[in-house]
Amino acid sequence: MNFDIAEWYKDKLDGDVILNFNGSITPDIITDVLDTIEKSLNLKNEKNRVRKKVYNVFVECLQNLFHHVDKAPAELDFKQKDNFGIIILSQDGPYYRISTGNFVNKNKITVIKDRIDQVNSLTEAEIKMLYIDILSNGEFSDKGGGGLGMLDIVRKTGNKLDYYFYKYNNKNIFFSLDVYIS
Amino acid sequence: MEAIKREGTPKTPYVRFDGENGVIEIKGRSIPENSIEFYKPLIDWLENLASTEVSEIAVNVQLEYFNTSSSKCLLDIFKKLELIHKKNSSIEVNWFYEEDDEDMFEAGEDYQSIIGLPFKMIEIEE
Repeated sequence: MNFDIAEWYKDKLDGDVILNFNGSITPDIITDVLDTIEKSLNLKNEKNRVRKKVYNVFVECLQNLFHHVDKAPAELDFKQKDNFGIIILSQDGPYYRISTGNFVNKNKITVIKDRIDQVNSLTEAEIKMLYIDILSNGEFSDKGGGGLGMLDIVRKTGNKLDYYFYKYNNKNIFFSLDVYIS
Repeated sequence: MEAIKREGTPKTPYVRFDGENGVIEIKGRSIPENSIEFYKPLIDWLENLASTEVSEIAVNVQLEYFNTSSSKCLLDIFKKLELIHKKNSSIEVNWFYEEDDEDMFEAGEDYQSIIGLPFKMIEIEE
């Protein structure tokens, strides 16, 4: 059976949705979206520690999309297809959940998978060491992150990254990522 | 050397790089998509400062949030300051973090572990 993006979307809208965006991820959109979550009452009433974590991790997730999404398939049933991404912030019981969805080309799966599996396999102390190591010695790309993004998310949340690749067609893969913050 | 002063924006911090008064300040949030574009002039400015005589510089970093792409640029700033410090300038970094903000505190510790500059961790109330 083919992957049904509408079904995926519906699932992710579970819980108390604070923000739901789909479309072109641009610098202006990022500014607007961040402004929206900052004004959300859920977060305003939150402890400083959690509020800042959610905000920080949300920025990383959004900018990951901005820098790394591949072209969405032409037949996709969404209005804006350039730099297409989906991002949802919801509060689900004791957790805040950030879900992102975007298309990547098939040949990128291995790189993304290896990266996340590596980060997920590390202990807290190892994550900190690797973070400092990449920060002090790592080569940074023009996009700036140098692989610190995923590491930073896991370090700040203390939770593993929950991801899945769905085959959309022979070329386009839908990359789904869930990040939990408590 | 002419000072640099920039007001903060939703994605970039307030900065004041003032050689004459020996003050460097970075305050607010640093989450631009293109951090290099924002920080390059500041790093160049420090490069020039290294060739002048400065006896004392207070560095105040009071960030609310910063993204990973800014983290490398901040490191480059500290590296330039470290060089100036080694040439007999007295430099101290005041790293401000909000009460309860363990992430910002740890970020300060990260830099402290990489850079040979004295860091003072200062907690501020919400």
